[in-house]
Amino acid sequence: MAAAPILELRGVSKSFGGLQVIDGLDLHVNENEIVSVIGPNGAGKTTLFNLITGVYAPDAGDILLDGESLVGLPPHQITRRGVARTFQTLRLFLNMTVKENVMAAAYGHTKAGVWQSMLRTPAARREERMIRELAEEKLRFFGQRLMGYRWDQPAYSLSYANRRRLEIARAMATNPRVLLLDEPAAGMNPKETHEITELIGQLRTEGGYTILVIEHDMHVVEGISDRVVALDHGVKIAEGSFEAVATDDRVVEAYLGTKAAATK
Amino acid sequence: MDEHRKEPTPPQPPDTTREGGPRIGVDEWVARSGERITRRAGWTAPAAEAFERVPPWARLALVVALAACVPFVSDSEYVVRVAVNTVLFGLLALGLNVVVGYAGLLDLGYVAFYGFGAYAYAILSSNQFDLHWPTELTIPVVVVASALLGLLLGLPSRRLLGDYLAIVTLFFAQIFVVLTTNADRINVPFVDGPVDFTGGPNGIAGVDPMSFFGIELSRVEHYLWFSLVVFTVVIVGLHLLNESRTGRAWRALREDPLAAELMSMPVNRLKLLAFMFGAAVAGLTGTIFASVQLGVFPQNFDLPLLITLYAMVILGGAGSLPGVVLGAAVITISLELLRDPGNARLLFYGAIVLGLLAFMRPWTKLAVVAAGTVVFGFVAYFVVDAVHPAWTAGSIDGGGLGGLLDGWVIHPESSVRLGNGAFVLLVAAVIALSQLKGRWRLALTIPTLYLAAVVWENRLVFEPSVTRILLLGALLIMLMNARPQGLMGTSRVEIV
Repeated sequence: MAAAPILELRGVSKSFGGLQVIDGLDLHVNENEIVSVIGPNGAGKTTLFNLITGVYAPDAGDILLDGESLVGLPPHQITRRGVARTFQTLRLFLNMTVKENVMAAAYGHTKAGVWQSMLRTPAARREERMIRELAEEKLRFFGQRLMGYRWDQPAYSLSYANRRRLEIARAMATNPRVLLLDEPAAGMNPKETHEITELIGQLRTEGGYTILVIEHDMHVVEGISDRVVALDHGVKIAEGSFEAVATDDRVVEAYLGTKAAATK
Repeated sequence: MDEHRKEPTPPQPPDTTREGGPRIGVDEWVARSGERITRRAGWTAPAAEAFERVPPWARLALVVALAACVPFVSDSEYVVRVAVNTVLFGLLALGLNVVVGYAGLLDLGYVAFYGFGAYAYAILSSNQFDLHWPTELTIPVVVVASALLGLLLGLPSRRLLGDYLAIVTLFFAQIFVVLTTNADRINVPFVDGPVDFTGGPNGIAGVDPMSFFGIELSRVEHYLWFSLVVFTVVIVGLHLLNESRTGRAWRALREDPLAAELMSMPVNRLKLLAFMFGAAVAGLTGTIFASVQLGVFPQNFDLPLLITLYAMVILGGAGSLPGVVLGAAVITISLELLRDPGNARLLFYGAIVLGLLAFMRPWTKLAVVAAGTVVFGFVAYFVVDAVHPAWTAGSIDGGGLGGLLDGWVIHPESSVRLGNGAFVLLVAAVIALSQLKGRWRLALTIPTLYLAAVVWENRLVFEPSVTRILLLGALLIMLMNARPQGLMGTSRVEIV
């Protein structure tokens, strides 16, 4: 690994009461890499995302973005530094329009103050136009699905798959460098799953994002990952290429139970 | 090359949508089906469509111009005062809308900022401390102070959610009332004897009228025009703010605070900003209130005002600027109209008839109930008249409707005791009604309706201060059943 990692976790631990959810986890993601995190339910995958984005503070260890620690920063600051995420359970702004959902996420890298907005100063107008164009550009990324008449419809009118797409568009509008996708293919049919697989590839090649993704669908994981990290009970049990991890004894054990128990 | 074997083209579905619209069955057509359904039907359609073609700024200009003309139409100072009150309530509703409608914070301490603005203006421009600050200076100072007070209230409570925030802010509102009622004998260091800050329960009277650069607002209509100017500035400002990044962030935080925070919006700071904006608008309105009333009293800023304000915002549709203003106008004006027993009676019977029309299905049932109630009334009146003439000795005054009711509703000379008895019976009847079904329910509806009329004519009509609130409550319940999102609000979805 010649390139310095863009996102790095060093010995991160987190427990809720007596439950050790993440235990001394080391993880790194290099520039323009797609890393998948897999593991059975309750392995600590979403907690990992919550730790990176600042929803929880780690009990021990350090989280670095470009060598700078993110620990202790409020979530909106972390997002401003370039880490954006989607949610496993969709959390869109349901009663706002599709376009407004994306425009709202541009808050972090825009400046117009309250007075400028109320007086519609030239700077505020220019910025507003920039936000609008940014939102349209991000929505265009998804082809026809989030275009045209959809822009002005409330987000709650979207189908499930389109909501997942809108969440990704919203995360993109924060101008991140690292995208954290929490189960982007959950609840999608095979065709949509295939589309999402291609889309994640495009996010890297066209969008230039570095991507950390949690996914249960092994076809997606196989299709996109440069590297796969397997978690179980908050501990990294395997890391490497998809083939290496998928055939790793400990991973098979974590998903299916011990061999001994199965053969007896 | 056999042209006869060419398959006939399958029949295309008729394209009923407008020119250039999406074809039937296409994704876009399905997605837009809601628009086609909600298009209005009947004779109101052209009017509604014409109204929608008027740009919003023109609507605002029209409303403001009409309101400004009130003093030319009516000579009565009372009418102009009602107009001023309506505009002030409109302003208050706009400020509350920022906190409740945009940011989604249930702030029950809102009236305290209004009171603070009024008291601050009164203290700075009256004989209370012999301060007579120029208005041009007082208003900015009071507005900034109100915003800072909003910040102070927001700081400890910004982390509270929903109900908890409501309780803390309600507490703040109560503190304000207690403080203003009791701050007339406060011992202050380095000053001999207690200091009178707020005049206690008697309030502060003799507040200076406003004057700007030598022009004094000496008449009520001047205040109307001034408050309309303030109103226009505030509504335009808030509209522009709502359409900016700050407004979007407020609404995002209302929808999902965690997602908003993770999408780079500083949620805590945005909450404080919403509190400050609400407080500033309320404080500004307070200054106008204090000077147009020429005085301030603690009970002006108590819970009934808070409830009325919330009713306005909810009735109009939280989140919609024209909506909350409409709500404010509807409630202020109906409360005034209901001071007159004749109007109140009209509304009472009107509400009953509308309720029957809305809920009695099929129409045969409705006809039975209506005819039954009328007949029941005449029979009851006739029987009572024969048995105990004293109970029908009273007369109902008040024009056409009252005259019609005279021979129908039992009405003794001194009616309060009968009214009280009928009220207890009415409550019992309503409870029984909710438990019955089918024919028995229909049968009981008739005497219940008659009892309601008896209670109204014998008891409620003499208590306009109570009945107007009661009537307004009933009206609100009916409206909220018909349009839960408010008159002009958009229906919101909580969970899909």
